[in-house]
Amino acid sequence: MINFILNDKEIKTLENKGMGLLDFIRKDQHLTGTKEGCREGDCGACTVLVGELAGDKVEYKSVNSCLLPLGDADGKHIVTIEGFNLEELNPLQNAMVEEGGTQCGFCTPGFIVSLEGYFIANENVNAFDAVESVDGNICRCTGYAGIKRSAERIVKLIISNQKKSKNYLEKLVGLKLIPEYFLAVPQRLKKITLSKKRNGSNDRRPDYFVAGGTDLFVQKWETMLESNIKLISGEKKYSGISISGGRIKIGGNTTVTEITKSPVMQKYFTEIKKYFSLFGSQPIRSRATLAGNIINASPIADMTIFFLALNSDITFSNGKKKRKLLLRNLYKGYKTLDKKSDEILECLSFKIPHGNFLFNYEKVSRRTYLDIASVNSSMYVELNGNIITSAHISAGGVAPFPLCLDKTSKYLIGKQGSPDVINRAVEIMLSEISPISDARGSAEYKALLLRQLIFSHFIKFFPEMINVEELV
Amino acid sequence: MKNYDSERHVRGESQFVDDINPPKGILYGYVYYSPIAHGKIKRLNTSKALEINGVKAVFTAKDIPGENQIGGIISDEELLAENKVHFIGQPVAFVVAEDQITAHKGANAIVCEFQNLPVITDAREAAAKGELIIPPRIFALGDVNSAWDKCDVIVEGQTESGGQEHLYLETQGAFAYPVEGGGVKIISSTQGPTAVQRVSARILGLPMHKVEVDVLRLGGGFGGKEDQASPWGALTALAAFKLNKPVKLILPRQEDMRMTGKRHPYSSDFKIGLTSEGKILAYEVSYYQNAGAAADLSTAVLERTLFHATNSYFIPNVKATGYCCRTNLPPNTAFRGFGGPQGMFVIESAIYKAASVLGVDASVIQKKNLLKEGDEFSYGQRAEHCRAARCYEEAEQRYNIKGIRERVDDFNLKNKLVKKGVAFMPVCFGISFTSTFMNQASALVHIYTDGSVRVSTAAVEMGQGVNAKILSVVQKIFSISNDRIKIDSTNTSRIANTSPTAASKSADLNGYAVQSACEIILNRLKKTAADDLSEELVANRKFNPEDIEIKNEVIYCADRKTDLNWGKLIQSAYLKRISLSAQAHHATPHIYFDREKSKGQAFAYHVYGTAIIEATVDCLRGIYEIDSVKVVHDFGESLHPAIDKGQAEGGVVQGIGWMTVEEVIYNKDGKLLTDALSTYKVPDVHAAPKEILIHFLEDAPNPYGPFKSKAIGEPPLMYGIGAYFAITNAMKAFRPGKEFKLHSPMTPERVLLSLYDVSSLTKKQSKESKAVTSVVK
Ligand SMILES: Cc1cc2nc3c(=O)[nH]c(=O)nc-3n(C[C@H](O)[C@H](O)[C@H](O)COP(=O)(O)OP(=O)(O)OC[C@H]3O[C@@H](n4cnc5c(N)ncnc54)[C@H](O)[C@@H]3O)c2cc1C
Ligand code: FES
Ligand code: FES
Repeated sequence: MINFILNDKEIKTLENKGMGLLDFIRKDQHLTGTKEGCREGDCGACTVLVGELAGDKVEYKSVNSCLLPLGDADGKHIVTIEGFNLEELNPLQNAMVEEGGTQCGFCTPGFIVSLEGYFIANENVNAFDAVESVDGNICRCTGYAGIKRSAERIVKLIISNQKKSKNYLEKLVGLKLIPEYFLAVPQRLKKITLSKKRNGSNDRRPDYFVAGGTDLFVQKWETMLESNIKLISGEKKYSGISISGGRIKIGGNTTVTEITKSPVMQKYFTEIKKYFSLFGSQPIRSRATLAGNIINASPIADMTIFFLALNSDITFSNGKKKRKLLLRNLYKGYKTLDKKSDEILECLSFKIPHGNFLFNYEKVSRRTYLDIASVNSSMYVELNGNIITSAHISAGGVAPFPLCLDKTSKYLIGKQGSPDVINRAVEIMLSEISPISDARGSAEYKALLLRQLIFSHFIKFFPEMINVEELV
Repeated sequence: MKNYDSERHVRGESQFVDDINPPKGILYGYVYYSPIAHGKIKRLNTSKALEINGVKAVFTAKDIPGENQIGGIISDEELLAENKVHFIGQPVAFVVAEDQITAHKGANAIVCEFQNLPVITDAREAAAKGELIIPPRIFALGDVNSAWDKCDVIVEGQTESGGQEHLYLETQGAFAYPVEGGGVKIISSTQGPTAVQRVSARILGLPMHKVEVDVLRLGGGFGGKEDQASPWGALTALAAFKLNKPVKLILPRQEDMRMTGKRHPYSSDFKIGLTSEGKILAYEVSYYQNAGAAADLSTAVLERTLFHATNSYFIPNVKATGYCCRTNLPPNTAFRGFGGPQGMFVIESAIYKAASVLGVDASVIQKKNLLKEGDEFSYGQRAEHCRAARCYEEAEQRYNIKGIRERVDDFNLKNKLVKKGVAFMPVCFGISFTSTFMNQASALVHIYTDGSVRVSTAAVEMGQGVNAKILSVVQKIFSISNDRIKIDSTNTSRIANTSPTAASKSADLNGYAVQSACEIILNRLKKTAADDLSEELVANRKFNPEDIEIKNEVIYCADRKTDLNWGKLIQSAYLKRISLSAQAHHATPHIYFDREKSKGQAFAYHVYGTAIIEATVDCLRGIYEIDSVKVVHDFGESLHPAIDKGQAEGGVVQGIGWMTVEEVIYNKDGKLLTDALSTYKVPDVHAAPKEILIHFLEDAPNPYGPFKSKAIGEPPLMYGIGAYFAITNAMKAFRPGKEFKLHSPMTPERVLLSLYDVSSLTKKQSKESKAVTSVVK
């Protein structure tokens, strides 16, 4: 049985755990404020909040309910637009009305839920981040101007409110930004989680492991309903980031958000926040896992491209045996992997960058944010003075799977980043790739773009040594 | 000031078609559509679908009791293909089942054998093969042939502009149920309730009075639900009628994208002649419009392209020719701007290219040629209350164009790889349906005995705020509280023979109709009040209706406040058996258009405005940002400034999307490659301009709009065209002297391919490209 709180109401249901939460909300519960705009995580009309118990608090994040398996709502607090309604409009709803943040209204509940999620999850609010919180919501009517004005208005409201409250949530309740019932949710969730164990593991071998579901529920949501699936997103033993033996180890279940926020990762990759702001949207990033990204084997998988350039290895386990291999050796062809169906990707690890190293990540897509790359690339080098002593370049979108530019990388060893060397490297790169023309760009564009991204790596690494005009 | 529905929207309480609580026993439909772009149907076998548990019925062309025809202007499109298919996505069968997933399985189980026929996807190829839907249309003024000799500079070129997916957030859908006496009622997400009614009646072989269509609101339309909502309404009506059960069809996003038409792509040739000072003397242009497989609204769209061929400029010698080309793509259809944007893109391209040749900025030519009072358009109408130059000059001053240019030049001096560009985009857009007969609307107003008011019109609310405007008309006339007024759904039983909510014209047409209906009742009320007060106030004094005024629900008589108020007055009128209902009709006066001659007073008036757009281009990676859009727009005397501003902001961003990231791609087989939100990108919050400023041109009453207002829906979209040229100007700062193709949308791919020579790259590349055709997430 799946047991959770939906807005103010406790739900106990025997429905299929592979059902999309969106369908449960709309069809079973007749809460129609949550809309279906695409069923692929790309519009945000279905956005709801998922609150998870963390100590005495509940931590909320926004998710696309079209991609969330109902089973993953178990033990959580789910909040839909209806869950924010008071008798009168709340200040955010009112701002959206007065600032022209809504026209046809179809996208509106999703925007409000995303913004509410931001205000609940962040005690120190600012206008920039508030607007960022709707990076997964599409509006076709307003041009976003009125929505931005509304977000800014609530940021001002929260900042200017000096009244003392016991805690931040009470302050939001006082401002009428959230209803009072939120305050009792931690206690109620504790009761639910105490009274049950995580739905016991299935004896039958699962047809699918579902982690974030951000690939599976896009491609095969109908199949999920009829398959024996194992939800692994809650399994903490596969998540988290640690250091041991000179290596950084990341659990397969770790999400993009967790990786981005990790102090360890931020220490070695100072621009990681910028890199991964280009990955999907906030709701996607908070669900999408590293293992899902690697196993899905999309030729442009962003995290895979990132970690390929770090020469990472991965560890599989089938419950009995573990197996370690280099990530680069996983891919055998278009969506064909050196992996058995019962193997779980436990973790990835890579050598801690050391000495004089440089790292850069580049991604270009048709739309800069919330889009799949046309081409992406990572580059890692170690230097002795100006001489490159170690190099790994990865490239996505230019081959049937995420590619390591081996020959190009090898050529660079012992060289300096001069225009001649770079141009020769590009020539070698061209012999390694095999892009195709598709909706993300023509083959010739992808080749050109990869050249430009390699230029970008070098321009970032060696700004003093490169005369830009010589390159472009 | 707010949108009528917005309080419900922000609470998630507004209902769209799929939100209405389904009646018991409702069935769900799924469309089986042609997987090939052109061919003969050899065998259609639906038996496997019927074997699936839960599938209730499969309907094909043979099951249609009436006429299998949905064409609007021209009868050339079947509801369900019978013998031939003409595009991928054309409906062939309609599966009805207990739930949507089962219906989908049913559709997957249908087996259809085809004999393939040659596929055309390109408009010029279609024209060359004589595949024209109507003979070429020509608009002409003066004589271009004799004008070329007088020109100092003549520039020729070719432009391409892409399609555009509407991407209304609510996909197409309808829900129909049988009503007693053999009729059906359809709840539809349509801009054209009468179109759905007419088409459904035709399909079912019923008189129109047996088909009722009701429209609550739309989650966006943008033209995509003007004619193309009809098939879904008709399919559910067909199934409901035959099965005697309620039936619902909501298109999943991908199916919606595959089956429905979009903005028309155009390929065009231009020739422009100017004096050395930049005065345009002649302009000749040919448009190859990719209409898709059926006429739909293409001929009307093409006509509007011709109307707007010269945008905001006076050109004494013009020849504009339009070819409506039949191809094997889904029939393209109305989209905000309705052909106008496509025409304007070409003239702006011509000016841009001519400016390069003359060595000046395009704005020099734009300014020299702006329309002036009394100037003649190619269709014979003259510019009246012309505000082209006023808007342009106001934009220059208000936004300090000198300062902008200095800042941009300075930035470009300091930065090698990142460049900025700025462009002006003036717009002149004609308001009226160019088919004169469509410029009519009616309204029905009831006042109930408690003083509350219920209003019906032909206008459909789709976020554009028409209901709020209607409400403000009612409020202005009766001078009562907003709470008393309810704007009803759009319903063919209450309002018959509606023109679609389109052409930016609904607030005008329906606003006037409501005004008339309210005035009819108001006059009756004034008479009642005058009679009542004559008896009460001063004996022996007789008051006339003209002495009566209602202010904030209080009745004034001869400028004196009385004890009579709205509630009492309504009661009194009712008791005196005075009608508290009125119906009124409005038809735009003084307009006509002679299609034979392509001349006439086609528009009630024109809307003017100018935008200044700034963009920043990363010339290393080929990506860009739109920094700002600064607009001076002629709103007339706005009925609703908040709504009008929102329309302008939203239109600008949609126009920028069309010119930049939105790219509709079909392959040679006519298959849509950009058939999901993951591959078709509309502007998100980041892609929208960082700053949008909208200034309302002051002191600009419009004698031809309700309460001196002007239409707003479409014109601002065309400001987006400026984004294309702002980006191009930034690219030019990076590659001075390089000539760029005039090919929109200016995707990051086109930016990069325009800036760099790839021939050297492709030669070196390995030959073993793998043939993976599907798009990968
Ligand atoms: C709107 C949207 C935007 C996106 N944007 C991007 C983007 O910018 N960049 C990008 O790279 N991707 C993007 N994606 C794709 C997707 O989010 C990522 O690939 C994500 O990392 C997948 O992780 P997941 O946990 O959701 O995978 P799931 O859907 O749960 O699983 C994907 C596959 O991995 C398998 N799997 C999952 N975990 C394990 C494990 N531990 N061991 C073995 N097998 C496992 C599953 O069985 C399944 O086959 C986007 C997706 C959406 C819907
Ligand atoms: S329906 Fe579009 S993101 Fe879920
Ligand atoms: S208001 Fe219509 S999509 Fe946002």
